[in-house]
Amino acid sequence: MRLGSFAAALAGVALSAVAALAQQPIKPAVVYDKGGKFDKSFNEGVFMGAEKFRQETGVEFRDFEPTNDAQIEQALRRFARDGHSPIIAVGFSQATALKKVAAEFPDLKFTIIDMVVELPNVQSVVFKEHEGSYLVGLLAAMASKTGKVGFVGGMDIPLIRKFACGYVQGVKAGKADAEIFQNMTGSTPAAWNDPVKGGELAKSQIDRGADVVYHAAGGTGIGVLRAVADAGKLGIGVDSNQNALHPGKVLTSMLKRVDVAAYNSFKAARDGGWKPGLSVLGLKEEGIDWALDENNKGLISPEMKAAADKAKADIIAGTVKVHDYMSDQKCTM
Amino acid sequence: MSAAPIELPRWADVALVPLVSVAAALLVAGLVVIGIGENPLEATALMLRGALGSAEGIGFTLYYATNFIFTGLAVAVAFHAGLFNIGGEGQATAAGIAMAFACLGLSWAPGFIAVPLAILAAAAGGALWAFIPGWLQAKRGSHVVITTIMLNFVAATLIVYLLREVIGKPGSMQPETPDFPAQAVLTPMHQLLAPFGLRLPPTPLNSALLLALLSLFAVWLLIWRTRLGYAIRTVGANPRAAAYAGISPAAVTMVAMAISGALAGGLAVNEALGVQHRLVLDFTAGYGFVGIAVALMGRGHPVGVGLAALLFGVLYQGGAELSFDKPAITRDMVVVIGGVLILFAGALDGLFRRLVAGVLRSGRSGA
Repeated sequence: MRLGSFAAALAGVALSAVAALAQQPIKPAVVYDKGGKFDKSFNEGVFMGAEKFRQETGVEFRDFEPTNDAQIEQALRRFARDGHSPIIAVGFSQATALKKVAAEFPDLKFTIIDMVVELPNVQSVVFKEHEGSYLVGLLAAMASKTGKVGFVGGMDIPLIRKFACGYVQGVKAGKADAEIFQNMTGSTPAAWNDPVKGGELAKSQIDRGADVVYHAAGGTGIGVLRAVADAGKLGIGVDSNQNALHPGKVLTSMLKRVDVAAYNSFKAARDGGWKPGLSVLGLKEEGIDWALDENNKGLISPEMKAAADKAKADIIAGTVKVHDYMSDQKCTM
Repeated sequence: MSAAPIELPRWADVALVPLVSVAAALLVAGLVVIGIGENPLEATALMLRGALGSAEGIGFTLYYATNFIFTGLAVAVAFHAGLFNIGGEGQATAAGIAMAFACLGLSWAPGFIAVPLAILAAAAGGALWAFIPGWLQAKRGSHVVITTIMLNFVAATLIVYLLREVIGKPGSMQPETPDFPAQAVLTPMHQLLAPFGLRLPPTPLNSALLLALLSLFAVWLLIWRTRLGYAIRTVGANPRAAAYAGISPAAVTMVAMAISGALAGGLAVNEALGVQHRLVLDFTAGYGFVGIAVALMGRGHPVGVGLAALLFGVLYQGGAELSFDKPAITRDMVVVIGGVLILFAGALDGLFRRLVAGVLRSGRSGA
């Protein structure tokens, strides 16, 4: 099992030895963001990770889906007062609330995903999405026959530009003169859940000649992948492994393992290795990866796989540097 | 407003019909809870305890009620002039925009200048946004139901543009303004009451509640104790008779809509100035629409609006606690329960009026 081996790798052999001796009773909890638990993407990933932890260890966890901003703080505080720890806050929109609540309960452990909160009892988990986007960009350039590829983003925020920027760099690395079409679905949270518009954007990119389209658009991306599959072109999924949505029509998926982040936070707290501070998960930490399974086996030629594996090794070794858009709000290469 | 109003004794009109509506709604909601395999009595107890059983619960309940008082009053005032203002969301959004400009521009000012000016800006923004449909109704005959809801969309688009391009916080993931200056926000209730020896847990409840209670009284004063209020009620009852009596229905329409919009602006005061201390997208979160149900249930009277706002506050806070304690009852289920309540209190009101009238009549003839 990949997840198991990863957890072991991250926790380290020494830690697992300690774990066998001293397992601590924990009361974990999750507060999702307003997208809700079953969003087929980000929140659901956290739920899957927590659920996996529950199945493995038998430790129950509590969770809550807030409907407005006031409830985020309310739920965090409720869980904290009942002594829950670690408490996972999902998504950048919880940062303000978490700052307040974590300061009030210095003895409890908090984990926030996709955002950095600097407090001595908060673990901030962010991802190097640009590294994974680079790899799928490279694969897109090699799979494209027209030399034109597309990108459909969800809401136009720095995080999504980070995906786009990594993708562009990967495409250029695969084919220096490739043409890249970029579209964002919108500038409000509604852009995460507009599959019809996502599909239209993908179609317009295909009309302009694109034959591989990568999406980083949450629920909107379901429409992107469908439109691309209907047109007989190739899509690229994001966050979770979306290869199976349209087998043979999804080139690969850029994996962002929020499930691993959630699982690790719980597991480390139980085994006594939980640490506050910034935790950046990239290719090296296996928090980011690209998906290869039986659904896209036929699409990835041996040369493509070799190129992607080499790029991955180079990024991990540091010989290839992928520029992070969010470091300077620019996409220069 | 119906063709043949059903005459009821006053006590039945103001108390019995709303109570029967709420009871019927709770009954149906109870059936829904049974349907998903939970005990409705236990659920009700959890809900009430969550909303009213602790200082924190009461704080949240009153915080929600503050929102509903403002939006309920906004709908109620327009009702008295025979207008159906369903644009509370848009008017609150416009109010929030005006207030954000005021707050961000007043960072030099001390609190006792900045806060009143920010509240006035909110009232002015809401009033302007409601005055437009009022003017269109009065001068062009465009129906306010259509124009107010259309302006909701305009306001929603405008705030997106402004938060992204003009007053947004640079580099932020969310469309939101920078934090308002610390002196230019409302005091949370737990800090306000601390000097009096009351130690309250921190809740979003803030001094906007006092403004809401003041608004309840001011609306009562306006509608029943002033010439303008008399004019508003007259136009609402019969515009032609009002015109015959020398009252201009057009002027009253515009003024009533502006007052209605200014009251809806209170939602922005509570949410942005009182709780979040910045302007975020979608801060109206549907409170404007719930205000319609609050006004209907409160029969347009400030006392009724206050009580209905409290009921919806209990429903919101108790509902959150319910879905917190009972994982089987999801937040969507809480929306269903709220929806049933709105349906019975608002849309099916006539059903119970007829029923109550029938029962009362047979009771009287039997005696």
